[in-house]
Amino acid sequence: MSVESLPVLKPNDFASDQDVRWCPGCGDYAILAQMKKVLPDLGVPRENIVFISGIGCSSRFPYYMNTYGMHSIHGRAPAVATGLKTVRPDLQVWVITGDGDGLSIGGNHLMHAIRRNMDLNIILFNNRIYGLTKGQYSPTSLLGAKTKSTPMGAIDNPLNPLSIVIGAEGTFVARTIDTNLKHMGAVLKRAAEHSGTSFVEVYQNCNVFNDGAWDYAKDRDTKEDTTLELEHGKPMIFGKNRDKGIRLNGMDPEVVQLGKGITEDDLLFHDERAPEPSLAYLLTRMRHQDGFPEPIGVFRAIESPRYDELINDQIEQAKASKGPGDLEKLFTSGDTWVVE
Amino acid sequence: MSTVTEKPTQQLEEATVRFCGDSGDGMQLAGTQFTNTSALAGNDVATFPDFPAEIRAPRGTKAGVSGFQIHFSSHDIYTPGDTVDALVAMNPAALITNLGDLRDGGILICNESAFDKKGLAQAGYATSPLEDGSLEKKFKLHKVDMTKLTRTAVDGLGLSQKEADRCRNFFAMGLVFWLYDRSLDPTMRFIEDKFGKKPEVAEANRRALTAGYNYGETVEAINTQYHVGKAELPPGTYRNIMGNTALAWGLVAAAHLSGRRLFLGAYPITPASDILHELAKHKHFDVLTFQAEDEIAAVTATIGASFAGEMAVTASSGPGIALKGEALGLAVMTELPMIVINVQRGGPSTGLPTKTEQADLFQAMYGRNGECPMPVIAAASPADCFDVAQEAWRIAVEHMLPVFLLTDGYIANGSEPWRLPEVASLKPTKVKYAEPLANGDGSNGETFLPYERNERLSRPWARPGTPTLMHRVGGLEKQDITGNVSYDPANHQHMIETRAKKVELIADNIPPQKVDGPESGDLLVVSWGGPYGACATAVHAAQAAGKAVAHCHLRYLNPFPKNLEQVLRSYKRVLVAELNCGQLRSILRDKFLLDAAGLNKVQGKPFQVGEILERINTELAS
Ligand code: SF4
Repeated sequence: MSVESLPVLKPNDFASDQDVRWCPGCGDYAILAQMKKVLPDLGVPRENIVFISGIGCSSRFPYYMNTYGMHSIHGRAPAVATGLKTVRPDLQVWVITGDGDGLSIGGNHLMHAIRRNMDLNIILFNNRIYGLTKGQYSPTSLLGAKTKSTPMGAIDNPLNPLSIVIGAEGTFVARTIDTNLKHMGAVLKRAAEHSGTSFVEVYQNCNVFNDGAWDYAKDRDTKEDTTLELEHGKPMIFGKNRDKGIRLNGMDPEVVQLGKGITEDDLLFHDERAPEPSLAYLLTRMRHQDGFPEPIGVFRAIESPRYDELINDQIEQAKASKGPGDLEKLFTSGDTWVVE
Repeated sequence: MSTVTEKPTQQLEEATVRFCGDSGDGMQLAGTQFTNTSALAGNDVATFPDFPAEIRAPRGTKAGVSGFQIHFSSHDIYTPGDTVDALVAMNPAALITNLGDLRDGGILICNESAFDKKGLAQAGYATSPLEDGSLEKKFKLHKVDMTKLTRTAVDGLGLSQKEADRCRNFFAMGLVFWLYDRSLDPTMRFIEDKFGKKPEVAEANRRALTAGYNYGETVEAINTQYHVGKAELPPGTYRNIMGNTALAWGLVAAAHLSGRRLFLGAYPITPASDILHELAKHKHFDVLTFQAEDEIAAVTATIGASFAGEMAVTASSGPGIALKGEALGLAVMTELPMIVINVQRGGPSTGLPTKTEQADLFQAMYGRNGECPMPVIAAASPADCFDVAQEAWRIAVEHMLPVFLLTDGYIANGSEPWRLPEVASLKPTKVKYAEPLANGDGSNGETFLPYERNERLSRPWARPGTPTLMHRVGGLEKQDITGNVSYDPANHQHMIETRAKKVELIADNIPPQKVDGPESGDLLVVSWGGPYGACATAVHAAQAAGKAVAHCHLRYLNPFPKNLEQVLRSYKRVLVAELNCGQLRSILRDKFLLDAAGLNKVQGKPFQVGEILERINTELAS
């Protein structure tokens, strides 16, 4: 079916008939709205789109989309999606997960899905808390976070989702923020268009159990100083007055003030297509609490072979060399004998 | 075949041979070659490979002993044999651990050079049993210096001593091939296939094999050759097949005949991995094997492939199945067709990975949270795996649910002759997807109802990519018909009852239970899975002795065939023989309030015919 012949879909065509049941004010609403906005632009018929999720607040997402979908079990969405995409590479498959679902109970699947680089779009809603189970700390909660299960403060080091993704050979690595609608829309669109596994971390506010976790990155007054919008081929400049930049000092990034002998040319230039992930990794390590602006946008976008294509290529190769499967031939292969 | 020997040939009805040695000695290969050769010679065969869990336990130790037993016969046989007529022991550890199974007067061939001080000490012998005369009293002992004879045979090929010694198993094979009047041709062909690329290794193995054969022919001490004639099997083309291979082929056939792609999600685990290995060879049948990161990913990917509309299978063993438990609940809840294979091994925990057991029946029946019934079927023998795989797929598709298929290590690794089916005689399972709605796409007009049910209570299989059928499934309780999430108390009860009823209705779609023997009588022996052969043989023996005993072997364990209760009640006593502590017996008692006795064994070994027959006789006497 050609794209031209498709009826033009509107965001509402992607809404299912189910009432959305997140808490009022939850950041998830904005992500859902942006998704419905982006999908019509992609030109993929609804019936060819599948949303797979695990368990958690974010994982209710598929119920609200008028596409095919599965609300699976805790942490396993990437694995469900892997089976689906392996046998049906024609489908567009989205995985919706959260910091607990994706990085704690499902950490193993996430890592392996990413390294296989199937054409999946994985969106991780990071709210640094367990929402659905009512407020325990998550693998991205900061040290010292006081939650229901850590009344004296969390004592395990948080994970940095994008560092993990790069460590797992991620080919498309991006970050966006639930309130930055335009940015989110653009990032989701690029994620969908990337051939291979796209991973998008969304800073998402859980206003009930961890309200304000990302305020520093969202607040009108501070966000330009606390975030760094990545643009391919551009120097890394940030700040309300666009007067600060990131420079490499040996192996480490540092924040520098432009002027006083430091020019744009001294700064790091963003190269999302760099074959080596070292710089992208370095960018994931820049944390607000260490005095860095946190990068948003596309950290890395490279082409790499996809498992879903490779496995189906092998099938075609086998058919070409052995001929299509023939049961008679299979049964009589090797030693047989006849009883008269 | 004709030989130039002048030694007398004695005709035998049947014989049982066991090769045993260190796990590095190539005993599995020797056994497999002897099996194939015997099958090609027209015998009925049954095999029992027995190997340690360690890949290379310290050389020469008892822990590292690996064995392969072959029972071959000129009549129908169902088991690898209780006792052994000829034992080949490659070292003292193999001798001490296997001698107990050699019958009095049996042939014992020992690799003399391995009986040195170190070897004897590792086996725990104070003095060499080859020297103290004890073995000659009971057995026909042949001390053969296989190491030296093999080295001589391969001399001049430029092999290192280690490489030369690796050919010893071919020498042992050659000798046993002579002893039982077997052709060397199939093994020669095998050597060419396997080692053709390394001509010196191929030549060394050929020479060792021939040297062993000639040794039997010329050495005076070995004074008789034995011959087991062709078995009278039903006419047809046969091959020898192992359970895991038959299972894999059954899956391939089912997918092929259904016109579906076959997806296997698996994680390596003994003794199920061979299903993965075998299926990986058949990509030209549109078979996609996914070696997952873990057991949970293996089963959840299988669920994904089923949701996608293809034939989806996951295969594992007990510990892996335990990990899959939660996902199987999702499979039951989403009512998607798939096959879950458990090649059972000794448990609990890691247990006895390479040994057989049937202790996962409860796990298959009950091992999930909530009220979560699944149909369960089991294979009876290696060749039966082929049929059971197709039957599992038929039930899964016709009833839209995940089906448990149980085999065990004994069936999986054992082999038997398999009469090749006519491809045209195989029944395809028809897959029928939900059709797009004529009017509407869910947002206006008609709405697709993913949990609308037919007379079997099964729901439509709506393949992604089909317009107008967009729908969501998941692990939360569903509203019947619409499939929407529902917390309604009455609906929950209704859905639990519906899922249970759905499994029960399968009983209308399976054949009634048959018995082998009289339709009523003093005793009914009930079995499932691997013990089929031993029970059948024992019951036949009892019947031949005039006893009113019948055998009821169950393929369908959940639900049971509809007439099962009536069958069970037609005998004065019921004896359930299984390799666990009485799991089927408990289920039968629970279901039918029926007094059933149990014959139970949990030693990691299959039943022997003798122990079943003995119990039959005690039951009848009491
Ligand atoms: S608990 Fe938090 S994350 Fe969950 S729906 Fe409510 S606000 Fe959103």
